[in-house]
Amino acid sequence: TGEAEAARAAMGGSASLLPRELLREYQELTFLSKQEILLAYKRFSELLPKEERENACSARVPKSQILTLPELRANPFQHQICRVFSTSDNGDHSMSFEDFLDMLSVFSDSATSDVKSHYAFRIFDFDDDGTLDRKDLEKLVNCLTGQGEESRLSNAEMEQLIQNILEESDIDKDGTINLSEFQHVVSRSPDFARYSVLQ
Amino acid sequence: SFSREAQLFVEKFEGALGKGKGKKFYAYKVMMTKKWMKFQRDFENFKTACIPWEMKIKEIESHFGSSVASYFIFLRWMYGINMILFGLTFGLVMVPEALMGKPYGSLPRKTVPRAEEASAMNFATLWDFSGFAQYSVLFYGYYNNQRTIGWLKFRMPLSYFLVGVGTIGYSFMIVIRTMARNANEEGGGDDTSFNFSWKMFTSWDYLIGNPETADNKFASITTSFKEAIVEEQESRKEENIHLTRFLRVLANFLALCTLAGSGYLIFFVVRRSQKFALEGLENYGWWERNEVNMVMSLLGMFCPTLFDVISSLENYHPRIALRWQLGRIFALFLGNLYTFIIALMDEINLKASYLLPFIIFNMHLEEEKIVKYNMTIWEASLYNGTIPENSTAPPIQVDPADVPRGPCWETMVGQEFVRLTVSDTMTTYITILIGDFLRAVFVRFFNYCWCWDLEYGFPSYSEFDISGNVLGLIFNQGMIWMGSFYAPCLPAINVFRLHTSMYLQCWAVMCCNVPQERVFKASRSNNFYMAMLLFILFLSTLPAVYTIVSIPPSFDCGPFSGKTRMFEVISETLEHDFPSWFGKVFGYASNPGLVLPFILLMVLSIYYLNATSKSYKEANLELKKKLQSVRNSKLL
Repeated sequence: TGEAEAARAAMGGSASLLPRELLREYQELTFLSKQEILLAYKRFSELLPKEERENACSARVPKSQILTLPELRANPFQHQICRVFSTSDNGDHSMSFEDFLDMLSVFSDSATSDVKSHYAFRIFDFDDDGTLDRKDLEKLVNCLTGQGEESRLSNAEMEQLIQNILEESDIDKDGTINLSEFQHVVSRSPDFARYSVLQ
Repeated sequence: SFSREAQLFVEKFEGALGKGKGKKFYAYKVMMTKKWMKFQRDFENFKTACIPWEMKIKEIESHFGSSVASYFIFLRWMYGINMILFGLTFGLVMVPEALMGKPYGSLPRKTVPRAEEASAMNFATLWDFSGFAQYSVLFYGYYNNQRTIGWLKFRMPLSYFLVGVGTIGYSFMIVIRTMARNANEEGGGDDTSFNFSWKMFTSWDYLIGNPETADNKFASITTSFKEAIVEEQESRKEENIHLTRFLRVLANFLALCTLAGSGYLIFFVVRRSQKFALEGLENYGWWERNEVNMVMSLLGMFCPTLFDVISSLENYHPRIALRWQLGRIFALFLGNLYTFIIALMDEINLKASYLLPFIIFNMHLEEEKIVKYNMTIWEASLYNGTIPENSTAPPIQVDPADVPRGPCWETMVGQEFVRLTVSDTMTTYITILIGDFLRAVFVRFFNYCWCWDLEYGFPSYSEFDISGNVLGLIFNQGMIWMGSFYAPCLPAINVFRLHTSMYLQCWAVMCCNVPQERVFKASRSNNFYMAMLLFILFLSTLPAVYTIVSIPPSFDCGPFSGKTRMFEVISETLEHDFPSWFGKVFGYASNPGLVLPFILLMVLSIYYLNATSKSYKEANLELKKKLQSVRNSKLL
């Protein structure tokens, strides 16, 4: 009961609360702490219309709602992130609460770099074929350089860039980057630890 | 035995699994670790927020590249130095004299002479730093030569001397320390084996939630891609070595011709102006009267552009081309100055320009003798004709404004430097407003009704002139270093100038300039700028040091009046304020027999430190190579 009360207090006295067993289960299955899970629950229910807030655990939030979160709003990979973490069967990329927790867990500080690089690979893999080929890399560069016409790289620059990337990272020289090559490159990067969101 | 191992493993990590006795303590430990990390992150954020103008510079960097940003970082660093210099001169020289020294009007040197009184408060006089501005703590001449002032017994002349020497010493120290630190970073280097891949996969900051910040981040990523691509292209360029060498030699020859041509032009124009002066300036119009100034300014404006055109022959990496450009413009300014002085000197039949100080100060000594003679005559006239044989006659009260003054060359020099700094600042601001802002306005709004496309053809928007601005900053600082001994107000003026300059230029860059065609990465260290700054620092402190050691101070103004040499204030202090044995020790220490071995010892220790640092660098490189080969072998 102590924990149920804590859960209730965390949500500011709202009627819906997370069952204790579920809370414990989530703690074990993800990298998140109890407060983070409760905070996530609160934010998830805010995305739902009022009627559905009672059954937040089993409701699904449409993609358009998810993209209103401030952290995802300005993110160039927002669509990819929704696609990767969503477990919906009908391809509308809607997310349930567990999908949401999954996403937060991967982006949290405590997630290991293996997990992060695995998911980062899936996010960058636009055509979902298990490797990063030229088209994926081109789309990736275009995402990173923003939407404006002036800020895009010219064709020659793009060619040069992708050529260099493949030279650096493609160890078996098959023209694509697979998961292990990607993990090898990224694990040596000094910046990789900054893959966290929703503080 | 396998289950035994499993049992041990579970016991060890009991706490982490949330079971067993260690659970609560482990949870507490995890919470504290998280809190500590959050605190560290917040503290880092706070420290970064305290750095002035960091956001502005980051924004400029993301749009214009790291080379333009390096100018602003340099400007910020100079601002820091000038703040310290300002603190020293303001706190230890200007404030004590203002608070504890004799007030305005009590002494002849502190009062505006009767003849100038009428115009002393006019804005025009004050803008020219005469009138009340001249007879104030802002300039050397105001300070009295009393050994101690006020109830604190503050040693004013000693403080003035030590602050003057201290500003020079501090500047040397900080420049060299920054160079050493930059050299360290460069030597350390970082792993660039996955440069492009890292930029691609890890450069997005997932904490960004604001669309404007996201825009800046996009711009910064694009710029960083472009910079990296330029670096790669430059390193792979296939060169036709002979053609490149020939073109480079040709470019250097053209640059030398330009320098020689500009020198000759100045020589010619100075001679012509002397001829005009002989014939009387009234016969000639505005151009002839100002010919020398105009020619020098025009050369300063057009020759750098010419150098820019010449450098396109050379086909260097943009960073190297920038250095050549800086070096050539530097040579242009120095050469022009030197030629100017020689042309003047030629008139007096002296071939060496380093004799110029001698000339000026000899003329000044003559002037002093004349003034001293006049003053004795004037005093005699006060006693109604009888020249007092002894000093027992009671002194007659005279208003300080009426006392005839000796010449005060230190204040005149200080005034010249202050005027130069102010006019330089005005010129820079007006150039920015007209050359950048008005031009941008013109291009933007007249483009609709003009025959050709103004934005892509001539004149288009201006690019940020890195070399011109850096050199301007360095020369300006040279002026400050030269003049702050004679005008303690100079660091204060410079702090104000740099502060406004930062805001004005940041605004002008973001509003009126476009990024260069090829953005290139600035070298990680700013050591090239530092080296030029060091050279200018050395050149500018020579005159001040020379005057302290060899020229007698003015007899009628300043804290050293009455002494034969300015550094005598040190021996005076040793005599009066320290026990007698101290003076003896100092005397022994300044014996050449002791000083020379000491200098030898320092030279030897410099050599030793150089040798050890070289060996450390080599060992470092070896270790890095080993690491790399181990990594590669693991992968294969």
